[in-house]
Amino acid sequence: MMGSEDDQESKVKMETLFLREESNSNSNYRSAMSTLSDSRHPSIVVTPADSDPLFAPPSYYNESRSKPNGGNRDSSSYLEPPSYADVIFSPFDDNSEINGSDDGGSSLHSQSSDSLSRSPSSLTSDYIKITVSSPQKEQESTNSMIPGGTTYVTYQITTRTNLSEYGGGSEFSVRRRFRDVVTLADRLAESYRGFCIPPRPDKSVVESQVMQKQEFVEQRRVALEKYLRRLASHPVIRNSDELKVFLQAQGKLPLATSVDVASRMLDGAVKLPKQLFGEASSSVEVVQPARGGRDFLRLFKELRQSVSNDWGGPKPAVVEEDKEFLEKKEKMYDLEQQIINASQQAESLVKAQQDMGETMGELGLAFIKLTKFENEEAVFNSQRARANDMKNLATSAVKASRFYRELNSQTVKHLDTLHDYLGLMMAVQGAFADRSSALLTVQTLLSEISSLEGRAEKLEAASSKVFGGDKSRIKKIEELKETIKVTEDSKNVAIREYEQIKENNWCEVERLDRERRADFLNMMKGFVVSQVGYAEKIANVWTKVAEETSQYNRESS
Amino acid sequence: MESTEQTRSISGSMQSPRSPSSLPYLSVSVTDPVKLGNGVQAYISYRVITKTNLPEYQGPEKIVIRRYSDFVWLRDRLFEKYKGIFIPPLPEKSAVEKFRFSAEFIEMRRAALDIFVNRIALHPELQQSEDLRTFLQADEETMDRFRFQETGIFKKPADLMQMFRDVQSKVSDAVLGKEKPVEETTAAYEKLKHYIFELENHLAEAQKHAYRLVKRHRELGQSLLDFGKAVKLFGACEGEPTGKAFSDLGTKSELLSIKLQKEAQQVLMNFEEPLKDYVRYVQSIKATIAERGTAFKQHCELAETTKLKEINLDKLMLTRSDKVGEAEIEYREIKAESEEATRRFERIVTRMEEEIVRFQEQKTEEMGVAFHQFAKGQARLANSIADAWRSLLPKLEASSTV
Repeated sequence: MMGSEDDQESKVKMETLFLREESNSNSNYRSAMSTLSDSRHPSIVVTPADSDPLFAPPSYYNESRSKPNGGNRDSSSYLEPPSYADVIFSPFDDNSEINGSDDGGSSLHSQSSDSLSRSPSSLTSDYIKITVSSPQKEQESTNSMIPGGTTYVTYQITTRTNLSEYGGGSEFSVRRRFRDVVTLADRLAESYRGFCIPPRPDKSVVESQVMQKQEFVEQRRVALEKYLRRLASHPVIRNSDELKVFLQAQGKLPLATSVDVASRMLDGAVKLPKQLFGEASSSVEVVQPARGGRDFLRLFKELRQSVSNDWGGPKPAVVEEDKEFLEKKEKMYDLEQQIINASQQAESLVKAQQDMGETMGELGLAFIKLTKFENEEAVFNSQRARANDMKNLATSAVKASRFYRELNSQTVKHLDTLHDYLGLMMAVQGAFADRSSALLTVQTLLSEISSLEGRAEKLEAASSKVFGGDKSRIKKIEELKETIKVTEDSKNVAIREYEQIKENNWCEVERLDRERRADFLNMMKGFVVSQVGYAEKIANVWTKVAEETSQYNRESS
Repeated sequence: MESTEQTRSISGSMQSPRSPSSLPYLSVSVTDPVKLGNGVQAYISYRVITKTNLPEYQGPEKIVIRRYSDFVWLRDRLFEKYKGIFIPPLPEKSAVEKFRFSAEFIEMRRAALDIFVNRIALHPELQQSEDLRTFLQADEETMDRFRFQETGIFKKPADLMQMFRDVQSKVSDAVLGKEKPVEETTAAYEKLKHYIFELENHLAEAQKHAYRLVKRHRELGQSLLDFGKAVKLFGACEGEPTGKAFSDLGTKSELLSIKLQKEAQQVLMNFEEPLKDYVRYVQSIKATIAERGTAFKQHCELAETTKLKEINLDKLMLTRSDKVGEAEIEYREIKAESEEATRRFERIVTRMEEEIVRFQEQKTEEMGVAFHQFAKGQARLANSIADAWRSLLPKLEASSTV
């Protein structure tokens, strides 16, 4: 099913990966990344052929309704007239001339229900395919006080994969609710700081009534599927424990939730006295960002630090010096703006194509009615001749209309890449934000250390003035030195974390740049190919009418 | 002027001015629209050039300046004098101010007026019209005078008389208890009337969609332009090779936008306008049908009245009344009127029969041409779209394997 074009593409990608690996002497990638060098670049497999219109047998006139054109309200009423059933349409079969031997068209449309031109590199062996289906209402079992309780929706999440991390070739299903997805996203954000993690579907703040409406549930199902598939296509995240657990663990999702505000506050309240009395928080927690965590004191300190940074306090010991990074950030922002703009214009292009197709169809319909009318009422042969001419025009108009609309659903799929990248831009911002917040943590710790050391110095100076030593002060100095040591440890952990995140950022951005290039080139190619294909079809249709009416050619040349 | 060519080819009796002068010819063209006057009073004047070798005309060439209301005058006069003939329709007086002087509108109107005059010049009966000669030859002052008389707020005396008579007859009908409508009821004519009325509906719908299609072309053109610009900006952001590829894509998109705007104009002029003309023609036929109805009613009523007068006369003759002479004169007058009305009605019937044939043939021809041009235009457009996009593929192909 995959055209050879895809194989070539993925081979090229692999080659670039290998090249980079070799050139990089100190391979300080995070361990997960190195799995890339072993396995071939796995990917998402195609949707089964029966749901893809392009692989279905050429659909005949009356079956055009079964085509799953996204959002295409197929007003098939005017496709009925049996006398025009000779209008047989075979979609997209003659584009091979464009791509040489490859049927360039079909391979590009293989991922019909997903973003079309994501770098497929769809090889045959490694795959992971996720489907979200059968939404069901379930009762919240805990609130026995409230009769009826609250209901929520669960979705069945089916994974088909042959990755070894998932236990070889297998298929399994779990039931999850949206809350679980939020948890998954949160856990991933914590574990994979610096990575471009695809953004999860929005929590919708709507009434519970709306929550249960068919349309809303369906929209959410689609969004969930897209999200999970994107996660699975991320080379690092697909192997994460969080995702594995999410996809495999039966029953309740065994991931810690962090949304419980009450316990968060409680924890924070418990910690606060300890901190106030000088016991430092464990250094491991430094690995997490302060915000969203339970360490209020730390949150406060970092906030103070960032204000100091912004308002021209003493320059922190470590700053974002990496010019390349800053430039990249600028560039990413710029890119985002352009993608937004292009995506908007793509939408209005799609609308214009849609309208053109619709109006052409309506014109055809009007002429079909006229034809019928003239034929019924004909008294003169001139009328019959005219009716015949109208019929030719009408038939072609209806055909052309259908081509426009098919072209449009292709266009939508191709240009969807632009929309997808908007989401990815957000992920990039998230990754950059991780870096900034990690840096802030380091800065905060550094200034804390320096202020602690300052205090210790003062105490020592004061204590040395007292003959025979100042017992209380000496004790304080001891305690301070302890604190300093612990804080130093934290600082080191934080710096390591920061460096790691920088590394992750860099890898991700490289990967994204590469993928983006490939994706957008694919998108353009797909867009252009379908435009060419359908324009040719439409040209043929009208050329036929021009020939049929050639007797009316009055041009003097 | 393609339109003149096309109408001339229908009836082969008229030939181009270059043919030997022994064969009679009359060719007219409406050209050179010029805006005159200021503000609310502004209007467009046209140059009407007549080339002919007919003796009734001051040949071989005569040029006059005419404005839209002069054409209206001509149409109204012909409508009065040649009942039963489908008078060629005029383009509408434009309602919307801002379009009245747009280049496209002016050109479309000029073309429509040209077709109008030529149809008259080619019609075997209408071309004999004295009013046509006036229109084609009279100097501007004379023309203004004529026009003022007819198309001003002053209605023709004949119109007023007719309205009076209509009211009269309605009243008398009511008084006499004659409620039955006086209408022809032959099957063929019924069929024709039904056909014409239905046809207008169908055509109006087709024309509506044709007009929308023009708009769609324009909208698609605009969106391609915007899309092209956005894509180019995007390309400027990205490095190679994507950047250049996007830039090329954007350029092509902008190019195609221009082609679409051009095609929109073509569809408007060569497809939508002929459909509109078709609708107007049908409306003109409806006016003729109304005239025929009026003529029929008059013929019936006068025939009735004549019979009554005859009966009355016979009665008077029997009683040897001294009113006989008077009654006889009255009777003879009414009888003459009735015969005249009958003649008028029958002439309308005959004319209409011929006109229908001519109309159907003419419309088949004109629609055929319109369809042909439309199809060619669409094919041309689609092919240039395909070509433009196709030209991008080699480079895209090359880029994606880099």
